[in-house]
Amino acid sequence: MLPAVVVFLYLAAVLSIGLVARSTTHRGDAEDYFLAGRSLGPAVFLLSLFGANMTAFSILGASGHAFANGIVTYGLMASSSALIIPLSLFTIGTRLWALGKRHGFMTPVQMFRDRWECGHIGTVIFIVQAILLVPYIVIAVMGGGTTLAAVSNGLVPFWVGGAIVSLVVMGYVFLGGMRGTAWVNTFQTMLFLSFGAIAVAVIGTSMGGFRQAMESMLASPSSAPLLTRERVSPLYFFSYTFIPLSSIAFPHIGIFCLTARRLGHFRKTIVLYPICMIAIWLPSVFLGVIANQAADVPAVAAKIEARATLAAEGATLSAERRDDLRRQASGDDVILKLVEGYAPVWLASLLGAAVMAAVMASDSQILALSTMFTEDVFTFYRGTARFGQAVQVQTGRLFVVLLTVVAYLIALEMPQSIFDLATQYAFAGYSSLAPLLVAALFWRGSTKWGALAVTVWTAAAVAAIAILQSIVPAPSSGAATAVLSVGSLDVITRSAAGTMVLGLLPVVPMTMISALLMIVVSRMTPSSQPGAATLARYFGT
Amino acid sequence: MLAWLVFAAMYVLHQDVWFWRAARPLVFGFLPLGLAYHAAYTIAVSLMLAWLVKHRWPSHLD
Repeated sequence: MLPAVVVFLYLAAVLSIGLVARSTTHRGDAEDYFLAGRSLGPAVFLLSLFGANMTAFSILGASGHAFANGIVTYGLMASSSALIIPLSLFTIGTRLWALGKRHGFMTPVQMFRDRWECGHIGTVIFIVQAILLVPYIVIAVMGGGTTLAAVSNGLVPFWVGGAIVSLVVMGYVFLGGMRGTAWVNTFQTMLFLSFGAIAVAVIGTSMGGFRQAMESMLASPSSAPLLTRERVSPLYFFSYTFIPLSSIAFPHIGIFCLTARRLGHFRKTIVLYPICMIAIWLPSVFLGVIANQAADVPAVAAKIEARATLAAEGATLSAERRDDLRRQASGDDVILKLVEGYAPVWLASLLGAAVMAAVMASDSQILALSTMFTEDVFTFYRGTARFGQAVQVQTGRLFVVLLTVVAYLIALEMPQSIFDLATQYAFAGYSSLAPLLVAALFWRGSTKWGALAVTVWTAAAVAAIAILQSIVPAPSSGAATAVLSVGSLDVITRSAAGTMVLGLLPVVPMTMISALLMIVVSRMTPSSQPGAATLARYFGT
Repeated sequence: MLAWLVFAAMYVLHQDVWFWRAARPLVFGFLPLGLAYHAAYTIAVSLMLAWLVKHRWPSHLD
């Protein structure tokens, strides 16, 4: 019961933050609501930007991935992000901030429209960005419902849990706007940062230290490979360095870049970002790996056994039995089970709050969509000019409510697997959109038609992969099956982990083709380059 | 130019094929070598970024 009480206290706390944020709002105009008046200080800017980048995957998914795949998880996702994300903030984020401050931009699409002197192409970019963002919001509602049901031992049913979480997120985004969202993200990030070290210390003590557990893993042929990277190819590892390019292309991160009070606030964020990564990801990955030695925790033992059965008999089992075993072996809740097995109830309760914080990370996406809708659609199509800024802010708030209600209804009706798939390729989609930002900010010769080609290509590629994966099921055994071959060369393959192109994740060809399209199409349409005055605003004379 | 070279070096250092199949020695007695390497790498990235922020800061944007 204590975990449920702590989680409800947590929900009350974040709602209160939204209320306080509303009471400290001074101006009440669109910039104040959507961008916190471009006034965030260095600490809140660092922690909230970092928190906005951390999804539920960072704590739960990272441990689950490490439980199944070993230490490779850290190199795949954490150290690559620690390099690429701060560098993209350094090169692109700072320029977005400066342009936003100078020209009053509140969304990336506003900047694209101004930079390429286009209107409806900006609307196309808005639509693709929005479609790629919505599944995260649905997943968050589902995660909230599942977590509340789990911590209350079923006392709070899924549909009530989902509704409570939706109302709380909607409440503080509605009331506090960007200020409330940033403060809640700061609070959540502090919770994440403190949880990892505490969990490692407590679980390590309960297990009698990690040294013996590691030696046992090394001695076993089934678990020793988890302590190296021999199960993945260097090409696959290389592919993952393209995923963090998505971060700066996500609208909510681009919009967050506009909230800093001063350019100097980026300095600490850039330098400390990798340190925050290590503080959250190293404990998550390490605990996920070490869970393979926690056979004295019944729930973890059941996962290990299911995985062993899949590996030994997978090819001979029925599809239903295989799916059932995959579900049992799934490591997404392994850190929860580890804490339940080894940690005192107070820590399990805190973990419940941390998990809730992780699954509620959709707040900045909801606010970003609301900002985009009001700025890129409502204002662009003369809404603000006709009705004024007060109506614009109310429209933004109404959009937050509508979006939350729609996401909740979808979460009740549709299976989660669809949205898992969607979010899996949303990262690739946003990486593929990254050349838009690079071209807009660094290449005078880029044109609106190049931008349109990148956007349409990204949408088509994401849709094609999703369709391919729904038509071609994952192979039953570990080996990948060829979907498209040229001679003896397998061009497209399907594995349990997803789709591969020439041994690479789809994000690599998607991003490279995007960059190529921007160059080729822009060179083919030089007459569409913006006028000298526009170019001077971005590149000087 | 120097900044690009430093970035390229860090990118190459991320692709540490040299520790691909090595788990030992366990750093501090419990961290597999590959994981310890990437943890140290993350700290090195932070130092590299501190250098970048100090010496290549785009102050003209302010």
